Amino acid sequence: MSTVWLVVLVVGVATVALKATGPVLLGDRTLPEPVARVVSLLAPVLLAALVVTQTVGGDNELVLDARLAGVGAGAAAIAARAPLPAVVVVAAAATALVRLVA
Amino acid sequence: MSSIASSSSAAGGYRQGVRAAVAVAATVWFFGASFGLVARAAGMGVAAPLVLSATTFAGSAQFALTSILAGSGSAVAAIAAAVLLNARYAPISISVAPLFHGPRLRRLAESQLIVDESWALSSRGDGRFDRRLLIGAGLLLYAAWLSGTAVGVFAGKALGDPKALGLDGAFPALFLALLVPQLRSRKATLAALLGGAIALVLTPLTPPGVPIVAASAACLLGLRRDEEAA
Repeated sequence: MSTVWLVVLVVGVATVALKATGPVLLGDRTLPEPVARVVSLLAPVLLAALVVTQTVGGDNELVLDARLAGVGAGAAAIAARAPLPAVVVVAAAATALVRLVA
Repeated sequence: MSSIASSSSAAGGYRQGVRAAVAVAATVWFFGASFGLVARAAGMGVAAPLVLSATTFAGSAQFALTSILAGSGSAVAAIAAAVLLNARYAPISISVAPLFHGPRLRRLAESQLIVDESWALSSRGDGRFDRRLLIGAGLLLYAAWLSGTAVGVFAGKALGDPKALGLDGAFPALFLALLVPQLRSRKATLAALLGGAIALVLTPLTPPGVPIVAASAACLLGLRRDEEAA
């Protein structure tokens, strides 16, 4: 088997298993109260981590680039109570604009 | 049009979620196309990138392993980077586990529609998630990712660069918009700040993927019983 296919198959199977972790192992079982409290914080915590890594993440380094302007403009749109699709469009436009000028 | 912060009614939130999913799907389509282009250029051929998009369905891991293979890195390095990047799907899938019912095989199949964006869009802001949005957005994004990959593999050069369109700045803004309604209690805000801080500190110190998984430790704040969501 070629290297490419080996990588594609191993990563594919591993990712399928990772995404199935919760739904297959836990399903609709009710979690014990303390565990449920921990799990309910997963959304804010992982979203915050995604905001950080997608804004300044690089390959083993912090990268400060036009994405910062996009998130800044997106934050302003959020503060102005813009609907979600508008936030996405404003952020992309600001990122593209800063990248064009810089 | 209802605002994000005040979309407490489930129906309003759902409609807005659907609209947002369409905008996000367009963005994801472009990234799928650029993945197809990059993978073809890296010598992965036609079938392998399509199989990868169909099974892995996670952009960052796919781009990472492609760049490692293109740089003649080893299979082990490419696999390790991609699996590490996707390790976040263990905690993410646990957070939505209650939405999945029925036989194991069905839960396995449906769980493959979990991707950062479908997961985030289906979040209702109180630590709970909307099943219809998760599955609906997941199907739409899966179709966008796979068709984008196909177009990229065969005709990628004809498309623009997603970075020139600023699409990489749209994703963090989307996640921020979905984070804000989550911050209803002091504990959730504290946990989000701690998680963000862990991710920020680890970003320059660890391989990509590790910061997000490590950040999930901030959820342990939930073990404290003091205060309930306001």
